[in-house]
Amino acid sequence: MRHMRSLNKKAARIEDYVASRTEDVVAMQDRPSSQQRPHVPMGCALMFTPGWEVDAAGGTAGLCQPVERDIYDCFVSCYWPAQVPDHLNNAPDWTAKCATATKDWRNLDLVFP
Amino acid sequence: MTGTEATTRVYRLGEFHRFEAEGANFLYLVPAGAIFAVDTAVRKLIDCLTPGELPHDRLVDDLAAAGLSIEDAEELIAEMFHSNVIVARGSTPDQPTPLPDVFPIQTLVMNLTNQCNLSCQYCYEFGADKVATPEGKPKFMDLETAKTSVDFLLAQSGDRRSVHITFFGGETLMNFPLLKQVVAYANERAQEQGRHIDFSLTTNATLLTPAIIEFLSENHIGVTVSMDGPKEMHDHLRVFSNGRGSYDIIEPRVRALIQNHRTRPITARVTLTAGVSDVIRIFRHLKQDLGFHEVGFAPVTTSPNQLYAIGNQGMDNVLDQFHALADEYLEHALRGESHGFSNVSDTLAELCQGVNKSHPCGAGLGLLGVGPSGDIAPCHRFVDSDQHALGHISTGIDKAKQSDFLRRGHIDSKYDCHTCWARPLCAGGCHHEAFVRYGDTGHPNLHYCDWIRDWTDTCLKIYGAIAAKNPGFLQQFAERKAS
Repeated sequence: MRHMRSLNKKAARIEDYVASRTEDVVAMQDRPSSQQRPHVPMGCALMFTPGWEVDAAGGTAGLCQPVERDIYDCFVSCYWPAQVPDHLNNAPDWTAKCATATKDWRNLDLVFP
Repeated sequence: MTGTEATTRVYRLGEFHRFEAEGANFLYLVPAGAIFAVDTAVRKLIDCLTPGELPHDRLVDDLAAAGLSIEDAEELIAEMFHSNVIVARGSTPDQPTPLPDVFPIQTLVMNLTNQCNLSCQYCYEFGADKVATPEGKPKFMDLETAKTSVDFLLAQSGDRRSVHITFFGGETLMNFPLLKQVVAYANERAQEQGRHIDFSLTTNATLLTPAIIEFLSENHIGVTVSMDGPKEMHDHLRVFSNGRGSYDIIEPRVRALIQNHRTRPITARVTLTAGVSDVIRIFRHLKQDLGFHEVGFAPVTTSPNQLYAIGNQGMDNVLDQFHALADEYLEHALRGESHGFSNVSDTLAELCQGVNKSHPCGAGLGLLGVGPSGDIAPCHRFVDSDQHALGHISTGIDKAKQSDFLRRGHIDSKYDCHTCWARPLCAGGCHHEAFVRYGDTGHPNLHYCDWIRDWTDTCLKIYGAIAAKNPGFLQQFAERKAS
């Protein structure tokens, strides 16, 4: 919470509840911070381009986004039919609800053939 | 929640009490009992909604006009909405959950005798407003009843690791031989079960001897002495049956108690009456001259027509003096020192937990009284009253009577309290006081509402000031109810 600071036990419980209702998930952080914009998963990749991030060690093992979101860029800019939803034939609307990847990445769902 | 839902809401202020301390702003959220420090943006939002309710977009506009960015305004509104500082039109308050069927007892108050060697006029057990009907009942509790009571406490306390016995009277020490036996028996039974019992007692101190003091200290028994101040005040109403005051008898005994009982803090409990209301002088005498660790005050429980009843003007005078001692308490707390005015520390402890009471106290719920006859009462104040008995120690709690007592005492049935911001702590006030004043244990104690609100506000300000300047001091209250 940015505007109220809890001072007793009951207030601490309310603070937890409000956080669960208002604060967003920020990758690689134990607790959401009060400053969470822009929604870039700092700490695990150098830029927000799902599918192409590398973690601090240069690999992908430490990445925090679910795999279906990590392959977004494979779908949009680099057609790779084996591992990603096939936008030419079978899943042309996979990104229809994802106008801006940094905000709408949650809308990228699994594809069930 | 979706964005659309939020933007169609019409907001109004929720239920809270604002207060300031040390130049900072705070909110006490009702009925949660939560205390928050708030920033200026919250103040602006409250100002926007003070004239009346506003739709979401209009509220955002007003906040923007007050200097917030649109994004900040949205975020602020979401925070305030989910914490109930503001509520949406059409929303209904959460309904209280019903009491659990089985509520484990924590404390048993054992009235070892209903006899007393003093004749204090204001006594709720013997005075004009008494509720007890001791005629034909035993005057002293016997060992068998006492043992059954201990067994009852252990059996009815569920899986509580630690339980409590308070010895009471009459004058408790008139049955000291039984007290010793109960301590031994209770410790033995608790040990068998791998549990812990602690003990305390209330006494008028007239019968204290070095041997008794040694026993109390060795067994870690907490002691509260009923004492009303320096000699002329104490002797005003705390007299023997021949009218002679008891101060000279108890003064050396109290000094010996405080000096030699080293295992628990010793507390004085003062009853304020029309003739005895010089709070500051009483406090100085008991705390500084005699050396009590804590001193607590309570106005006498009485019907308003008794001569010793404190009238409204007297209560205002008492409150002024409470404020002066409260200021002192805060100065001590900011230095990390104990002050000893337990009316403040008891309230701070409840504020720290954020209590939100369904009932004013644990009477009939986690606390029960047992009289010399073995009758179970909601608390020690109702012991020996046929009208209020909740069963017998040999047959257990009369569930029907207990639930009737609890239903009438529940905050839900006290309509006058429903708009009061102090109800999370007060919950209508003492059942016994209500019965003496209004003839119904479930009646809210309307004669001291303003007083309670003023005192709660005072303690909130102290809490806020300590939280701002010396938050470590509050840690003792966080731990206080840990067991």
